[in-house]
Amino acid sequence: MLDDLDRRILRRLQADPGMPMAALADAVGSTATVCSRRLARLRDQGIVRGTRARIDWAALGYAVEVSLRITLDKTNPRAFDDFIEAARQVPQVIEIQTFLGRVDVRLSVIARDMGDYQKVYRERILHLPHIADIEALMHVARIKADEVLPV
Amino acid sequence: MIALDDIDRGLLRAMALDAEQSAGALGRKFGLSQPATWRRIRRLEEAGILAGRKLELDREALGFGVTVFLGVKLATKGRVSLEDFERAVTAIPEVQTVEHVLGLYDYRLRIVARDLPDFERILRRRIMTLPGAGAVEANVLLSEERLPGPL
Repeated sequence: MLDDLDRRILRRLQADPGMPMAALADAVGSTATVCSRRLARLRDQGIVRGTRARIDWAALGYAVEVSLRITLDKTNPRAFDDFIEAARQVPQVIEIQTFLGRVDVRLSVIARDMGDYQKVYRERILHLPHIADIEALMHVARIKADEVLPV
Repeated sequence: MIALDDIDRGLLRAMALDAEQSAGALGRKFGLSQPATWRRIRRLEEAGILAGRKLELDREALGFGVTVFLGVKLATKGRVSLEDFERAVTAIPEVQTVEHVLGLYDYRLRIVARDLPDFERILRRRIMTLPGAGAVEANVLLSEERLPGPL
């Protein structure tokens, strides 16, 4: 089980994963040796899986982001597998999520502008298999994006 | 916007998977020296393309068994202030992301909870009581994958 020190370490590292060990130790009121040992254990336990870089697609010229909420034709038992396999092949799809609820699958699709989006939508998305219905949410702004877990 | 070459795109792809590799180790994959790699990373950071790092944690190992996406419609558009809603929703620790969207809903929230009863508590006590919150739709996340995108 995690104790208070583990939680403090995870809170700090979530805010700044690149934090040097000495600064982390200061921030959580411990020593660098203890912190490295704790962190090594959290990694061994699979609690800390690693660090990923965030890419800002807008800074790369992808100004449009659309969330496509898709209902699949579930009369076909391979609907999910076929659909996801095909969606992975579309470069503009940056995220695939499956759900229990009114929506079956959600795709995050990025495009350079509305013209580019229309092209991706017509030429790639509408050709994906087993789609029964699609709803689009156009992304306006990201208000909170840190995905921090309240440990 | 800065121009990217194949090495820049390769660096972005590699760092989006694992941002803990040293500049030296990354550079070797692309035939670059450590200082040259470092300069490229700095340039991508300065252009805002590399927008920070994210610590990857095992949600379930930390006791967060349920992730729910919530579509929220504001009840009295025009009369409630978007700022008030955004400020209040951002302050809820279990709310990991808040996106302002156009379409069926006004906001899309990502919420973590220990289990479904815990989610119900968050929904009733924290979300439904937000200033201006109207209809909500919940979808429980079953799986998600992030893709490299058009790099």
